Formats: sequence, C-alpha cells, structure tokens
Amino acid sequence: MQHQLLRVQGLCAGTEDKPILHNIDLTVGAGETHVLMGPNGAGKSTLGHVIMGDPAYMVSTGSIEFDGTDVTDEAADKRSLAGIFLSYQAPVEVPGVPLYSYLRTITQKRPELKMTARKFRARVGEMAEQLDMDSSFLTRELNVGFSGGEKKKIEMLQLLLLKPKLAIMDETDSGLDVDALSVVSRGIEAYRAECDGALLVITHNTRILERLTVDRTHVMVQGRLVAEGPASLIDDIDAHGFEQFEHPQANGSGE
Amino acid sequence: MSERTKKRTQVADVDRSLYDFTYSEEGYERYDDGLTPDIVRAISEKKDEPEWMLNMRLAALDTYHAKEMASNWGPSIAGLDMDHISTYVSPRTKQAKSWDDVPDDIKNTFERLGIPEAERESLAGVGAQYDSEIVYHNMREEVAKEGVVYTTIEDALHDPQWEPIVHEYFGTLIPPADHKFAALHYAVWSGGSFVYVPAGVTVDYPLQSYFRLNAEGAGQFEHTLIIVEEGANLHFIEGCSAPKYYEANLHAGAVELFVKDGARLRYSTIENWSKNMYNLNTKRARVGADAKMEWVSGSFGSHVSYLYPTTILQGDRSSCEFSGITFAGATQDLDTGCKVILNGANTTATVDTKSISKDGGCNTFRSSVVVGRRAANARCSVSCQSLMLDDISRSDTIPAMDVRNATASVGHEATIGRISDDTVLYLMSRGCSEAEARTMVVGGFANPVSKELPLEYAVEMNNLIKLEMEGAIG
Repeated sequence: MQHQLLRVQGLCAGTEDKPILHNIDLTVGAGETHVLMGPNGAGKSTLGHVIMGDPAYMVSTGSIEFDGTDVTDEAADKRSLAGIFLSYQAPVEVPGVPLYSYLRTITQKRPELKMTARKFRARVGEMAEQLDMDSSFLTRELNVGFSGGEKKKIEMLQLLLLKPKLAIMDETDSGLDVDALSVVSRGIEAYRAECDGALLVITHNTRILERLTVDRTHVMVQGRLVAEGPASLIDDIDAHGFEQFEHPQANGSGE
Repeated sequence: MSERTKKRTQVADVDRSLYDFTYSEEGYERYDDGLTPDIVRAISEKKDEPEWMLNMRLAALDTYHAKEMASNWGPSIAGLDMDHISTYVSPRTKQAKSWDDVPDDIKNTFERLGIPEAERESLAGVGAQYDSEIVYHNMREEVAKEGVVYTTIEDALHDPQWEPIVHEYFGTLIPPADHKFAALHYAVWSGGSFVYVPAGVTVDYPLQSYFRLNAEGAGQFEHTLIIVEEGANLHFIEGCSAPKYYEANLHAGAVELFVKDGARLRYSTIENWSKNMYNLNTKRARVGADAKMEWVSGSFGSHVSYLYPTTILQGDRSSCEFSGITFAGATQDLDTGCKVILNGANTTATVDTKSISKDGGCNTFRSSVVVGRRAANARCSVSCQSLMLDDISRSDTIPAMDVRNATASVGHEATIGRISDDTVLYLMSRGCSEAEARTMVVGGFANPVSKELPLEYAVEMNNLIKLEMEGAIG
C-alpha cells in the first residue's frame, strides 16, 4: 500500500439547509489514480469542492486528512499550498487579470517552484505547446472569453505548472469535443508522468478514462459511496449503468 | 521594469509614507486666512500682473461673494470654512530650472514622489508646484527648439510674446461666473502651467505637472492652460498629493484645454489628495474639427470631490474618450463624472468609468451628455461599472441626456457588482490568500484604466489599490 495521501473519514457535509454527503470514507494513496463515478446530482462535485475547502459547504462530522495533516478546518489557499488542486467544471472568468501574470503570481506563492522570470517564461511556453495552446492566450484575461475547451486547457496548464500532489478533476471532460478531450487527456498523462501525482477523476462518462491506468473506482449515489472496486468496475458501469447501485441503503438516513 | 518602478513598489507596499509626510513651513510667506480684496491685491501685486488680470481677480471675488454656496448638490461641504483657509502660502524660494537650486526639504518631497527620476527617464518636461508657487520648471531643449512652450502662467504673463495669448484664452472656457468655486479660483489663482504646442508638432514624451500641497489649512488654486494648435499632438500628465491633516484643505484648480483642428491631446491624472481635502476642481476641453481629446483619470484621495471634466466637441468629426476610475474608502464621498457636449456633426464620444467603494465610502457618478441641433450622426456611449466591496459602502449613478438631433445615437449602461464568492474560491484554490484574491479582482477591475497610463503611473495606481485594499478583510 502506498503512503496514504488523502484520507476522508466519516465525512458528512452540505449547505446550511441541506445535507448532501453522508458518511464518506475515501482513501487515495500517493501517485494513485482514482475514479469517482455516479449519476448526475449524486454529490460527486460537492465532494471535490469539500476536499478543496469551498466555504459554501459545511462539514458537520468527519475529517479530511491530507499528507498526514488534518485540513478539515483549513482555508482553500492553505490546502492548495499543501498540494491539493481542483480543476473546475466551469472555471471562473476574472476580467482584467492577464493570464500570464496570474500564472506567475500563483507560482511565486510556492517556494518549491521558485524560478527566474526567464525560466518561468520558457516553462510556460513549453507547456502551452504541449497543450496545443496559442501563445496569444497568455496575454489575454484569465478565462475571459475563452471557449469551454480553451478554459479546460488553461486548467491543465495550471495543473502542470503547480505540480500538486493530488489533482481532483471535476467533470473536466464534460462538454468537450474530441480534440479538446484528447488535449485534456494528454495534460493528465503529462501530470502523471512528470509529477507522479495522485488523481481523483470525477466523471459520469467513461471516455476520458480510456487512456488512464485506473487503480480504484468509487461509485456515488445520493451522497453516499455505494461501491468500490478495481478498474474493471468501470466496464461494468459502462455495460449496465448505475441502476444496479440505486437501491436505498439499509443503514443511514436517506433523504 | 525600471529600477525606479521596483523601488516604488517596495516603498508603497510597506507603508503609506510615500505620500504622507510633511515639512515645516517655518519662514514661509503665508497670507491671512479668509478672502478680502486686500489679499487678492496682495497676490496680484506679488506676481506683478497686468492690470486686466487684477481686475479679473477683483471681479471674480465679487462674483464669489455674490453666489450662494451650493446646498442641494452632492456631498456636503459644510466642513469647509473659507474663513480658515489661507489662499496663498509660498515657500521662500525662486522658481528653479535645476533641482540643485530647489531647497532641500522641497527637493526631498519631489524625490520621494519620484518626479526628478521620471523626468530623466520618460518625460519631456516637468513643472512642480509646492503650495501656491511653482518651485521647479524645466523642459528638454529639443522640445523647446520645436517651439513648444511649457512654463507657468505667471511667466507667460511677463513675456510680451505670450501675454496677449494668455489674455485671449485665459478664463474663456471656464468663465469665473461658472460656479462659486470657479469664481474663487479666478480671485486667488496661483501657479499651474501654460503649454503651447505649435501647429503640426508632436511632443514625443509627456509633459508632467505635479501639485503638492504641504501647508495645513491652505488652498491650492493652480491654473492649467493648454493650447494644442492644428495637427499637433501632446500627452500631459497631472499628479497631485498632500499629507494628511486634521484641518480641511481646499483644492480649486481650473484646467482649460484648447485642442485645435486635427490635433490630439491626452490628459492623464493621478490624484491622491489626503483625506481631509475638499477637491472642487474644474476641467474643460474644447475640441476642433477632426481633433481628439482623451482623458485618463485615477482618483483615490480627498474627503469630498466635485469633479466632472467636460469636453465640448465643437468641430465636425471630433471625438473624445474618457476613462476614469475613482476609489472611495472610509470618510470619502466622491461625486465625480463626466460631461460631453456634442456640437459638431459626426462627433463621437466614449465614456468608460469605474468606481470602487469600500469601508463606508460613497461614490456618485454623474454623466451629462448634450447633443446639439447641428450634431448630425453624433454617437455617444457611456458605461459606468461600480464595484462594492462591502455592505456599508454606497454607489450611485446619475445619468442625464439632452439630445436635440434625431440622427444622433446615445447609449448608457451602468452595472453595480460585488466580488463573487466563486471568484475568490477559484483564486484561493490556486494558492492566493483571501486578501490577495480580492486585491487581484479589484486590480483587474481597474486594469482597463491603468493600462492607459504610462507604465510608472500604472504601477503607482496598482500600488494605491494595494494600499487601499490592505486591511480590507476581516
């Protein structure tokens, strides 16, 4: 068993007026690739956001441990600097902030990524090429006016730049055409190859997984993890869908 | 980035001392507080002015006393007691052409503000005013050779070549009877700049005048008169700051800009008056056929501002662009805006303003667009974006339009927003602290204006935003 990077134990969380996640136990080892699947509305994205530290959700019980430290009460920036990365389903547009200087700012927040301005420029150029990104993107404003596929490329660029220990891909594949999907897959492969980082891929679509070696698959239904298994579970879901898991649980308080 | 901008960044990042320092005014010539014909005569006599100017001052003083204090306009100026404002304070020094001849404390002031360095690196000429008088004025020789004149109004009045020109233009665009504080300005004006750019001449680097009010309980009343002749091209930068005092200070300047046919003038301002300042300033431009007027304005300081730069698009096909940002924090009530009068046919105007309010600061944006009968196919668009950083601040937009030509098209758009939680989370999840995330969003909001400024000033503006945002969290 690899060193346990992420350990979520007995986690219950939700918004102020609505519980969403129930008694979640999830462990991801360093360098492992995990897939979290489930039908729409199951709470997969919520789990990703709660692990990142989105203050829109409150943890009522349970804990999140990352790299040996309890981060349950830490703010998102502390978790990011500790090595957690969340790639958003819909990356936010930030008008007036040039992408390039933004990338420089978030890199400079991390002492382990210290590099000269010249080296930084070379590194960003390299990655842009790797991701088939037009270099003119870099002078544009952060995510403003980019297509969905372009925004996902900008997310991949940040992933490769920041080299997190754990990358949570929240529906990164949704709404992408075949070309964009292939670029995203290449980004993820490069992340696996260059950083040996762990992955938690949230998706309800199995196509993005074709090019990944998956260690574990988790299935979420109605805010609970209802099944866990090896990569072959994905084929099973592909063939039979999620219905086999959609039975009310005997224990616990359903909604 | 030049060495200088780096240094500035460091200074401004750590404390406010960049602007907030004072020197003793011991030994200065300071006239009695209040407003009397004797004070006006004394100012005029000291400047050894032509008689028409003294008469204009005395008439303006009568107008000032005759006009009521505005009581139903914008934020209150009740805290401004003219009986306790000295209208003339002069350091005991002559105007110098070399910084070495400027007294040390005054020279230090401008050095801390980065003026002599900017002059060496990126300006064609500099004027520096300290309290009521210009203490330094110089322009590059090659610019002077092209016939460009950059001097004080006082000096121009003593030059037989330029006295008739000043007489012809001075006070014609902003008449003394315009409003009470215009009348006050003409009664006690002192310092400022006279710029003349001959036809067809392009001044490659900007000219800059910097106005520093050091004295407590005093007023600054500089007059800027710029004439850009046909087909000529100029960028003029105006900077202002003052240290913080408990007593009210007053700034009532006047800026008259004449942009002749086919000429182009860009007028940039970075204003950071201290928060005890009443900034009741008047700026106006008249633009000839095919000419272009551009305003770039960043307003951060003052307790109360009334500031509405006005552009009169007189000639056919003339145009103007106005980009402005105001930042109102605690104890600030800034009533700003922009007026455009489109008189010529096929004239176009674009007004793009932004305001940021925090810690109970108030921003009011007023726009006034007047399209004359003759202005066929005139086009004007006004956009006003406001960003509110908390629930105790205030932002209002008051547009006015008077369109008298059926072929004209006038648009107005106003938005008021907040920094969204999603944006803050996005930036935090990439490692920025909450304060950094918010500062980044505010800097991005201001970016369309700051990118119009020369680099050094854009850096200064970003530093001012950082300063204002410090402690904005929690």
